[in-house]
Amino acid sequence: MSKDVMELTDVTVRFAGDSGDGMQLTGSQFTNTTALVGNDLSTLPDFPAEIRAPAGTTYGVSGFQLHFSSSDIHTPGDQPDILVAMNPAALKVNLSDMKPGSTIIININSFDAKSLRLAHYENSPLEDGSLDGFNVVQVPLAQLTATALENSGLSAKEIARCKNFFALGMMYWLYSRPIEPTLEWIKSKFKNAENIAAANEKALKSGYYFGENTELFTTRYQVEPAKLEKGKYRNITGNEAIALGFITASVKAGLPLFLGSYPITPASDILHELSKHKNFGVRTFQAEDEIAAISAAIGAAFSGALAITTTSGPGVALKTEAIGLAVMTELPIVIIDVQRGGPSTGLPTKTEQSDLLQAMYGRNGEAPVAILAAKTPADCFDLALEASRIAIKYMIPVMLMSDGYLANGSEPWKIPDPDSIPNIEVKFRTDVEGFQPYMRNENLSRPWAIPGTPGLEHRLGGLEKANITGNVSYDPENHEFMVRLRAQKVKNIENDIPDLEIDGDKDAELIVVGWGGTYGAITEAINKCRQKGLKVAQSHFRYINPFPKNTGDVLKKYKHILCPELNMGQLSKIISCEYDINVESFNKIQGLPFKSSEIETKIVNILGGK
Amino acid sequence: MSDNGKAEIKYTAKDFASSQDVRWCPGCGDYSILAQTQRISPDLNIKLENYVWISGIGCAARFPYYMNTYGIHGIHGRASAIASGVKINNPDLSVWVASGDGDLLSIGGNHFIHACRRNIDLKILLFNNRIYGLTKGQYSPTSEKGKKTKSTPFGSIDYPFNPLSLAVGSGATFVARALDRDPKLLQAMLKRAGEHKGTAFVEVYQNCNIFNDGAFELLTDKSTKEDNVIFLEHNKPMVFGKEKNKGIKLDGLTPVVVDIGEGKFSANDLWVHDEFDKNSFRAHIISQFTEMEGFPTPVGVLQQVSKPTYEEDLHKQMEDAKKSKGEGDLRKLLFSGNMWDVN
Repeated sequence: MSKDVMELTDVTVRFAGDSGDGMQLTGSQFTNTTALVGNDLSTLPDFPAEIRAPAGTTYGVSGFQLHFSSSDIHTPGDQPDILVAMNPAALKVNLSDMKPGSTIIININSFDAKSLRLAHYENSPLEDGSLDGFNVVQVPLAQLTATALENSGLSAKEIARCKNFFALGMMYWLYSRPIEPTLEWIKSKFKNAENIAAANEKALKSGYYFGENTELFTTRYQVEPAKLEKGKYRNITGNEAIALGFITASVKAGLPLFLGSYPITPASDILHELSKHKNFGVRTFQAEDEIAAISAAIGAAFSGALAITTTSGPGVALKTEAIGLAVMTELPIVIIDVQRGGPSTGLPTKTEQSDLLQAMYGRNGEAPVAILAAKTPADCFDLALEASRIAIKYMIPVMLMSDGYLANGSEPWKIPDPDSIPNIEVKFRTDVEGFQPYMRNENLSRPWAIPGTPGLEHRLGGLEKANITGNVSYDPENHEFMVRLRAQKVKNIENDIPDLEIDGDKDAELIVVGWGGTYGAITEAINKCRQKGLKVAQSHFRYINPFPKNTGDVLKKYKHILCPELNMGQLSKIISCEYDINVESFNKIQGLPFKSSEIETKIVNILGGK
Repeated sequence: MSDNGKAEIKYTAKDFASSQDVRWCPGCGDYSILAQTQRISPDLNIKLENYVWISGIGCAARFPYYMNTYGIHGIHGRASAIASGVKINNPDLSVWVASGDGDLLSIGGNHFIHACRRNIDLKILLFNNRIYGLTKGQYSPTSEKGKKTKSTPFGSIDYPFNPLSLAVGSGATFVARALDRDPKLLQAMLKRAGEHKGTAFVEVYQNCNIFNDGAFELLTDKSTKEDNVIFLEHNKPMVFGKEKNKGIKLDGLTPVVVDIGEGKFSANDLWVHDEFDKNSFRAHIISQFTEMEGFPTPVGVLQQVSKPTYEEDLHKQMEDAKKSKGEGDLRKLLFSGNMWDVN
C-alpha cells in the first residue's frame, strides 16, 4: 500500500507509560536514531522518583519527550504533536499537555476496567468524548506484539515487555526513520540472551511493518536533516558531557582526575560514566557519604589531583563545611551541583534552579567560591574544562551548576577536535628557595606544593592563616586582610572571562536574562517575539561569580530586564543587589522546565502587546 | 607500587619537629605521643617529604602543626576521609591520622569505620582521653557510663564505645593499644603501625590533666599497672600481675582469669596470643577484656592481618584497564558512540 509522505520541519513526540514499560529506553532509542538521521533535537525525560511505582497508577507514569527538526532548535518542545500512551494513567497525566488536533496513539489493550480504575477514570475516555478534537489512533499494541511473538518461546510476561519495541517500530515507520541503529543496539545489549534479542527485534520489525500495512495511518512524515554546522556529531546528555569534560580537563592539565562522590539523583550518571574510564587514570571513589566525598576530594587536591565531587542540592548542603575548608586552604576543587526540586528531599527526579543562593552564600563565614552555570547539555563539556582551569589557576573551589533538565536531556554535540582544546597550565611548586605556603602570585594565588616534594613540607588547615607564611593567626588585622584577599581572588577572575554577550536587538527596550537550563526556552521565546516584530534582546549568564565585567553596563541600557528562573527569583535578587537595578523576576516552580510560550507571553505582556 | 618513598637520608627526631610552638596544656599526654612519633619516624625508612599528617578538630588535631611534614588540620570528624583522598590519589605517601575520641568516634565515626572496612593504608591514632578537652569538659563517646561532666551533671547515661572492638569489627587489619606514659610500648606500637600495609589503628590512652586527670592512673601508676594491664605478646601465653602469677585461659569461647601460682594451672594452660590469626573473633574477645570484671586491660598488638589495600586494588584496576583498552586516548573517547557527519 503506498501512502502519502508529508514533509514537516518540526515534530515533538512524547512516549508515556508505566515506569516498567521501558519508556526511557524507547525515547532514547528514538533519539539516537533521530540524531543519526541528522535532525537537530532536544529531549526531556520525565520520570518518577520511585523505581517501579505500582503498575497502572498515575504516579508511576514515566515519559520521554523529544523535539526534532530540520532547523536549529533549542527546547524539547512546548506541546507534543503526538503522544504514545501505553495505558490510561499515561493518557490521564499527559492529556492536558496536548494541543488540539494533535495525534494520540493509544494502546487499547490496556484500557480495561482495572486499568481505568487505577487511573481514576470513571468512564473510559475513549467513549466519553473527552478525546474529541484529537486525532486518536487506537492500536492493540499488546495483542499485536503477542501475535508477533507467538512462537518465540518466551513467557507471556516476557512477551508483554517487548511491546515498547513494537511501538518504537511503528513510530520509526511513521516518521520515516531507519530501524537499523536500534537493531544493532538490541544485538549488542542482549548478546547474552539470544531469545530476548530475537523477540525484541521481531517486535520492532513487526511494529514497523504494521505502520506500513495498517489503514490507521494514511500518511507518514519526513523531517529533513538540519543544516547544522559542518562536522562530526554525537548525541550527548549533560551528565555525559560533564564526565567527558573532566576527563578532557585532566588530560589537558596532565593531572589524574579524582572523583569523590556519593550516589544521588540526578547526578549519579556522572559517577557511572567516570568509573568506566580507569585507563585514563581516573580515580572514582564512591564514598560513605557526601561529606566524605568532598573531604576525600580535598585530600586528593592536596596531593596533586584534579579533584571533583558530584552531587545535587541536598548533597551540597552536606558538603558546605568542607567547601569552606577548601576556601580556607586555597585548594582547587570543583563541586558539581546537578540541581533538583527542593527543599529537603524535594523532587529528586524533577528539575529546578533553586540552589543558586546556596552556591553563592550557603557557608559559614565569608566564603566566596567561583560559580559557573552550563546552559545546554553540550555546554556542560565546555564548562567542565573552564571550571577546572579556574580552580587550578586561582587555587579555589569552583561550583559548576547543572540541573536535572540538562543532566538527562540531550542534544547533538559537535565533537571538538581534542588538539584544538588548549592545555590547562599547572605549576607545581618545586623550588625551595623563598617558598612560603601562602605567598602570592599576580592572581593572588598561593603555590600548589604537593606532598612528595622535598623541602616544601607545610601544613594547611581550617584555622585562619597568616598571609604569606600560612601560619595559624588570630591577628584581627590579618583576618580582615585575608577575608578581603579571598574575595578579591574570586573577583579577579572577571579579568579572565569573556564579556556578557547580547543576542537579539541591541536597541531593544527589553532584555531577557537567564542562567542555566532555561537558555533554550528563552532563546526560542526571543526568536518568536522577534518574528512578531518585537524588539527584544537576550543575555545568558554562564559566569555568575564573578559576573562578567560589562554586566552592569549592559543591563543598565534596558528599560525592562526580565529574568525567568525555575525558583523564586534567585538570580534576580543577586543582580538587583549587585547593580542596583530593577529586575522583573518571572518564576516557575513546578519541577518542570519553562515552555518557551510561557516566556513569550510574559514578554508580550510587558511590552503591551506591541 | 613504586619504592619512590624510601628514604636514603638518615633522619633524626628533630627533623620531624616543626618550628611551631607546641600549645597543649603543660602535662598533657599529647606531648608524649608527639615525642614518641618524632622518635620513631626516622626509623620507618620513609622520606620526610612523603609523610602526610591529617587531623580533624580537637586538641589531638593540632598534631600536624607540630610535625615538620606535609599536613592538613581539617574539619571536625573528617580526617579519615581527607586522608583517604590523599592516599588513594598517591599511594606512595605515608598517611597518618591524629584524632581524638570525639573527633574519630563521634562526629567522625562513619568515616573511621569505612576507612577500616576498605583497608586503606592509613595509620590512624586515637588519642583517647575519654573527655572533650577543647570544648572544655563534656563527656565523650568513650566516657564511662555515669560520668559527671559539664554536660552530664547527673552522670552520663550513654554507654561508651569500645574503640578496639569497633576497629576489629570494622575490618581494620592492624589493631593495637598503647599508653601515653609507657614510651617504649608507644614507640613500638607506632612503629608497627607505620610498617603495616593497610588500615592500622592504634588507640592511645592519653591523660587529660585538666578535664579528666587520672583517667588511666590505675593502668599507668607503677604500683597498680602490672596487676591491671596485660601486655600482649605474639606466641606467648597471656600472663600478667606483679608476681606474674595470673593468666588468661580460654574455656571454649569464654576467657577466664586464673592463678598460675597455686599449682592448679600453669602457663601451659593459658591462651597463647596469636597476632596474626586470620579470624578476628579472638581479637574481638581480647578487646572485650576491658568490659569484663577482674580482667586486665590489654595493650600491645591485638591483630595484624594482611590483605590487599583499597588503593592497591584501585591502581591495579587502572593498570589492567590500560593494558586491555590501551592508555587513555582523548580522540577515541570523544569520537565514540553513535556519530554522524554533517557536510
